[in-house]
Amino acid sequence: MRKSLVGRIWPNATALVLFVAFVFPVYWMFNTALKPNGQIISEDPVWFPGSPTLEHFTTAVNAENFWTLVRNSVTVTVVAVGLSLTVALFASFALARMRFKGRRGIVLVFMIAQMAPWEVMVIGIYMIVRDADMLNSLVPLTLFYTVMVLPLTVITLRSYVAAVPKDLEESALVDGCSRTQAFRKVIFPLLAPGLMTTSLFGFITAWNEFPMVLILNKNDEAQTLPLWLSKFQTAFGDDWGATMAAASLFAIPVLLLFLWLQRKAVSGLTAGAVKG
Amino acid sequence: MSVQTGEAPPEDKVPIRPAATAVPPGRGRKRASGGLPYLLLLPALGLTVIFLGYPLVQNGVLSFQNLNMTQLIQHVTEWRGFGNYGDTLTSETFWRVTLRSVLFTLVNVVLIMGIGTLVGLLLARLGSKMRLTLLIGLILAWAMPVIAATTVYQWLFAQRFGVVNWVLDKVGFSAMADYNWTGSQLSTFFVITLLIVWTSVPFVAVNIYAASTTIPRELYEAAALDGAGALKSFRAVTLPFLRPFLMVATFLEVIWVFKAFPHVFAVNEGGPDRLTETLPVYAFVEGVGNQHYGAGAAIAVLTILILLALMSYYLRMVLRQEAADEEGEPGPGATAGAGVTVGEKS
Repeated sequence: MRKSLVGRIWPNATALVLFVAFVFPVYWMFNTALKPNGQIISEDPVWFPGSPTLEHFTTAVNAENFWTLVRNSVTVTVVAVGLSLTVALFASFALARMRFKGRRGIVLVFMIAQMAPWEVMVIGIYMIVRDADMLNSLVPLTLFYTVMVLPLTVITLRSYVAAVPKDLEESALVDGCSRTQAFRKVIFPLLAPGLMTTSLFGFITAWNEFPMVLILNKNDEAQTLPLWLSKFQTAFGDDWGATMAAASLFAIPVLLLFLWLQRKAVSGLTAGAVKG
Repeated sequence: MSVQTGEAPPEDKVPIRPAATAVPPGRGRKRASGGLPYLLLLPALGLTVIFLGYPLVQNGVLSFQNLNMTQLIQHVTEWRGFGNYGDTLTSETFWRVTLRSVLFTLVNVVLIMGIGTLVGLLLARLGSKMRLTLLIGLILAWAMPVIAATTVYQWLFAQRFGVVNWVLDKVGFSAMADYNWTGSQLSTFFVITLLIVWTSVPFVAVNIYAASTTIPRELYEAAALDGAGALKSFRAVTLPFLRPFLMVATFLEVIWVFKAFPHVFAVNEGGPDRLTETLPVYAFVEGVGNQHYGAGAAIAVLTILILLALMSYYLRMVLRQEAADEEGEPGPGATAGAGVTVGEKS
């Protein structure tokens, strides 16, 4: 009896400690962003902001070009993820469901492409974009982001396609569906959680990308939010309230999307026909 | 628990077919749909070749050039053969940075995989409410954008008014009250490692948990009937099921940590005194920062080669898995990546 009680307590206690450890940095970001300066610069930390203020957010939003950069980031990210999902869907279907010569080689190409250290390729990329006279444009940035998220999208989607039972597809074919119809009506709905998961990875990669935009888009109005945030910190120095507000603004869309997609992915999974 | 690399696979040679398939679409086969697969793959491969392959080649070309600020501005091409490689490979700094990068990757990946697996298995043991709570915590850390996270960690570890120093002071390490975390190599690496582990553990943990839910209960019951203890049934039942995912995840984490740029760069820009530069940061600072583009390109090429060498073992294994997959033997390893699911399946 005593053993089972201990056995029930320690996992929960550990989980609680872990929860605090993982949440704290995120909490502290919001906490600092909402506190008046007097509580940020205090000898003893103020754990719960007593009198929350939005002044730091005002400072961040009113920073020069903020909304332009928001638009840049959203455009670049959404287009890149959409493009790569579309392209990857075709590729992953071929790789998971069809047999043809060179399949293994192509999978290998994507595996290697996934390892591509874009961060160290920026010199080559810079020269190419400069020679094309497209520095400070969002177009090369979008295209590079597309290809940056493409390999993982293909690899992940491929295993999702492979995980859809073949029987389902075959019975659809038996029922008179064409291959395209079988894909659209049977596989695609089952892929929804997979599509969301992969788009999530893509979104985060593109939204966060830093070194490439650093070297390609130096103009103030052609930058994206990560670059802005990194400079915000330099520009505002010890104004941790404003810096944390800026970080919060940058992080909130991703955090919300992540939590939302998480729930969607769950319901998609349980509502799927694979169950039972 | 540390990283399970698994037993070495039997040495059978896997024929690696050339990537660009010059093979004519085989028409007339019963199962194969002629050129359709190639057509479906064309956009993805085309984009990859143009936007990944070309910059890679360009990077290689640049590495043979004498390309500094002058040449860049005047648009002149000066070749210098293997000069950049010679300079890099004979420089003591390059080797020191390489060793540092390898150690850095090793420490991080071991921590990530070890902690991630333990947290994942813990998730499977928890009640549904506590599990959801921990999952939300993990997801928040997972979702946190890199540059936002580096900013927050700088604030947490700030010398003045930083929370970490305050806590350490209160706990009894009063020498830490005004500690400058970015002042020494080891302490900077500590912050970077903590940041990387914090962001990476959730991915491993959530997927380990997801994979562990697919293990049939009967297997555990059978193991219990055979008199297996908790440890034995973990080794005999849990581990074989998790192994495919552990492999994939270890692979992804090694690449990811080795080439991690913003984490290392944004925390202290490779400082103090360039002592926390890993290879990608080194290439960036040399190439872009110091405007030795040719030399930077050479370092980049060498970094990519090291990465390939690090991964060749894994790639062989993946190819083997692919081969098994192709022969229609969907063992637990066949759908390795399928375990990569975000979500609570219950």
